[in-house]
This record gives sequence, C-alpha cells and structure tokens, in this order.
Amino acid sequence: MKGWEWLIRRVLVVMAFSSLSLLALIALFIFAGGVPILAEVGVEQFLLGTRWAPTRGHYGILPMIAGSLWVTGGALVLGVPIALACAIYLSEIASEPVGRLIKPALELLAGIPSVVYGFLGLVILVPLIRVLLGGPGFSVLAASCVLAVMILPTVTSVSYDALRAVPATYREGSLALGATRWQTIRMSVLPAARSGILAGIILGMGRAIGETMAVIMVAGNATLIPVSPLDPVRTLTSNIALELGYAAGKHREALFATGVVLFLIIMGLNLVAEAVAGRGRSR
Amino acid sequence: MTAKVETHDLKFWYGKVQALKGITLRVGTGEQLTIMGPTGSGKTTFLRCLNRLNDLVPGTTREGQVLIDGQDAYRAGADPDALRRRVGMVFALPIPLPMSIFDNVAYGPRLHGVRGRHLAETVERSLRSAALWDEVKDRLGDSAFSLSGGQQQRLSIARVLAVEPEIILMDEPCSGLDPISTLRVEETVEQLRGRYTIIFVTHNPQQAARLGGRVAFFYLGELVECAPAAQMFTRPRDRRTEDYISGRFG
Repeated sequence: MKGWEWLIRRVLVVMAFSSLSLLALIALFIFAGGVPILAEVGVEQFLLGTRWAPTRGHYGILPMIAGSLWVTGGALVLGVPIALACAIYLSEIASEPVGRLIKPALELLAGIPSVVYGFLGLVILVPLIRVLLGGPGFSVLAASCVLAVMILPTVTSVSYDALRAVPATYREGSLALGATRWQTIRMSVLPAARSGILAGIILGMGRAIGETMAVIMVAGNATLIPVSPLDPVRTLTSNIALELGYAAGKHREALFATGVVLFLIIMGLNLVAEAVAGRGRSR
Repeated sequence: MTAKVETHDLKFWYGKVQALKGITLRVGTGEQLTIMGPTGSGKTTFLRCLNRLNDLVPGTTREGQVLIDGQDAYRAGADPDALRRRVGMVFALPIPLPMSIFDNVAYGPRLHGVRGRHLAETVERSLRSAALWDEVKDRLGDSAFSLSGGQQQRLSIARVLAVEPEIILMDEPCSGLDPISTLRVEETVEQLRGRYTIIFVTHNPQQAARLGGRVAFFYLGELVECAPAAQMFTRPRDRRTEDYISGRFG
C-alpha cells in the first residue's frame, strides 16, 4: 500500500510539472530558433527596421509591431466600453432572469471559433468599410472591430466577477447617503473593483495581440506601417502564420525571432495583469 | 412636539416570512428614540423601511404607512434618493469606502455638488460633530481602513452628518465595538441629541438605559411597549419586557 501511495504521488508531481516544463520547452525552442538571427541582424535593426523582405535580406519587423499595436489598441477602444457597460449592467442593474440569459450568451460568444469571426468580418465588415469609408476594406478598422467582439467575453466576465466581489455594504453605504444608483456605481463600486477590471482589460489585450486567424482574414496583411485606420495592416502573429509554411534558413529564423518578440510582449502583459490583480487582493 | 417620523400599522415580509407585524410609532422632531429588542425582532427591518433601503431587497412586501414630516415616504412619485439624503443611516458594521478619510466624509456632500473650501469646512465640521476631528486632523489623506473600529464607526457618523440629514438612524452602531469605543459613540449621540431626530437601535438593555429618552421594545416583529427609559426599566408593563431587561431571555 505504501508503495502505491508513493507511486501516485510521483505521477501527480510529474504531471503537474509537465505543464511547466512544456512552457519552458516552448520558450527554449522559440528562443533557440530566433536568437541567432537577432544576433546577426542586431536587435535594434530587427525591432526598428521598417522593411520586411526576408528573401532579400531585410528583416525589419517594425511594421508588424506597429500593426499589432494599432489593431490591439483599436480593439480595446471599441471593445472595452461595451464590455464594461455589459459587466455593469449584468452585476448592478439586470434582474436575475435577464442575467441568466445574457451570461451564457456571452460564454457562447467565447466559444465560437476564430475562423468564424474572420469569415463574418470578411463577408460583411470588409465590404461595408470599403463602400462606406473607402480604401481596400481590409484594414486596421476591420481587424479592430472583429477583435473587439472577440475580447468582449473575456473583459466582461472578469470585470463582472470584480464587480460582484465588491461587498454589498459599499452599495448600501453609498445609497444610504442619498446617492443615486449611478452615483453609487461610479463613485463607490467602480473604484472598489478597479484592479479587477484592469486585469480583465489586460487579459483581453493579451487575447487581441495573440489572435491570428480572424486577423489574417480581414487585415489585408501588407507589411507597411499603417497611418490611417483604413490602411491594411499585418500583425506579428499574422506574419508568422502567413510565411512559416514556405520559409527556410534565415527567413525561418526571422519568423522565430518574431515569435520571441511576441512571447516577451505577452509574458509582460500577463505579469502586469497578475501584479494589478494581486494589488487589488492585498488591499 | 410635532411628529418627525410616524408609522401606521407598518407590516413587512421577506418572501413569506413576516418581519414586522403592524408597528405604529411616533418620533418627535429632535427626539431620540431607542429601539431595543433581541436579534430577529424586526428592529433593523423597521429602520430600513424608514429610509427605503428595503426597496433594494428583492421579494419583499410592505403594508402600512411611513410618514416623514407628515408626508408619505412611499407615495407615488416619491424620490428614494432625496428621502435618504434627509434620513441618514449608520450601519452595525462600520463601512469605510475604499478611499481616504477626507474622501469618505466628503462623499455625500460631493454627490450633492459641494466643492472647494465649502467642502473642506463641511468635512471638518462633520468630523468635529462626530468627535473624531482631533484624532484624524493630521492624516485626512490616509486610507479610512487605517482607523480603528471605533474610529471607523465615528467616521461613518461623520459621513452621515456631512449630508446634513434631519433624521439619523443608527442600527446597532456599537455591536462590533469595545466598551471604550462604545462609550465614545454614545457620547457622540449625546451631543447630537436635540439637533437631529435620532432613532437608535440596540439589542442591549443597558445601552438603552444609558441613552435614556424614550425606549420602544420590539419582540418578534411586534412593538411590545414604548415608554420613557426611567419608566420602562423600573415598571415595565408587559411581562416580555420585564423578562428581556432582566435577562431572562433574548
């Protein structure tokens, strides 16, 4: 019996650590693939170079970095207000039956495959932008709109949980002073839930930066730094997905290096989210 | 003495459970009434009917009248926010909002548009009235959570006073406090007497006796009797009152 216990414990430990070692292996693999070219081209040249023509020896990914920032920023600008409104409505205003209807609907939204979002964007959004606003239609705006919808469930549900976690006494204390419902939400509930909401926004941001398929389908993928929301754009993730299939040699290494940059950005975001949420808990 | 707060046959249900069984009470302007009774006797429910905080609890029913200055608090078109500005409430557990001491007291006045120097004056005056000013005047910017329990409760009182209400409801404000902090809060109530109409709820007969004034004894949702403290604690009319104040139950 003793031996059995020992075995189970070992197996569990191994399994628990396998996820950690997977992360380590992935990191190792990406870095091993990308670091040589970074060393050869120079980090600065790689990050700040504006020309991406890997088959002819130009390895500048600034257009893609700018693209990721544009598209993610646009998604946040469009998506966060809707997500916040949704979370506030669900937690502070909606009656129980309405909440029971909307919450699962949101979770369903999170379960739709990204290629479906991309497809809808491609057949509806892109022509709409082309006709109404001009340009090719494949654009920062189209990608931002699609991503805004895609981050909605994440930001909403994390913010909702943060709002729910605000003690009911804060609301009563505020209402008892003659505050209206909205004043109570704005001056008492939202500040108390601030760190949780911020963590939700950062998680949504991570999702937006990482999304690939839907973005490829609607963004146009030109390796130019966009100057208007109607310009086509290529993100870091799109860059890898589009070219890895046929890349070889240094081109392949440059794509790995793109992965390194992406990896670091997302790690950074997650650390910030952890820190922000942790600060809220410790208070 | 004119009636500031008046209830007529006030009944209240949480779902099917009846918490108030027809309470008729009058509180005069500037009077301090103490409501005494065991847990579950409907004291808190009664208070929360007066400022309509019970409106927020789903699945409740109310019957009977609440009159503030002779006006029905539940009449059609009555504004509960405006009512709560006139009828302040201090809760059993102090609830500092997650902000500085100053911002806590300034919360109410800011809602109603007070700004700048006038706001600072209001905060100081309220903290003085709540007998807290001398203890916090040098650290108004600190988080309200840095105060002790007794100080937090006096902060809650200051916050209510800052809105300049006419009526103050106090729902067992000393239940979480040590005897010394309790004494400080009772002294504060003493100082407020006459300037505000105060309804003070406690389960503690000794506290009701110390506060004096008129005492109403609630039991299982009924108003058993209401009499000046001196009379209630020496010659209670009802057997249940006698049992409660002598500690035989509750």
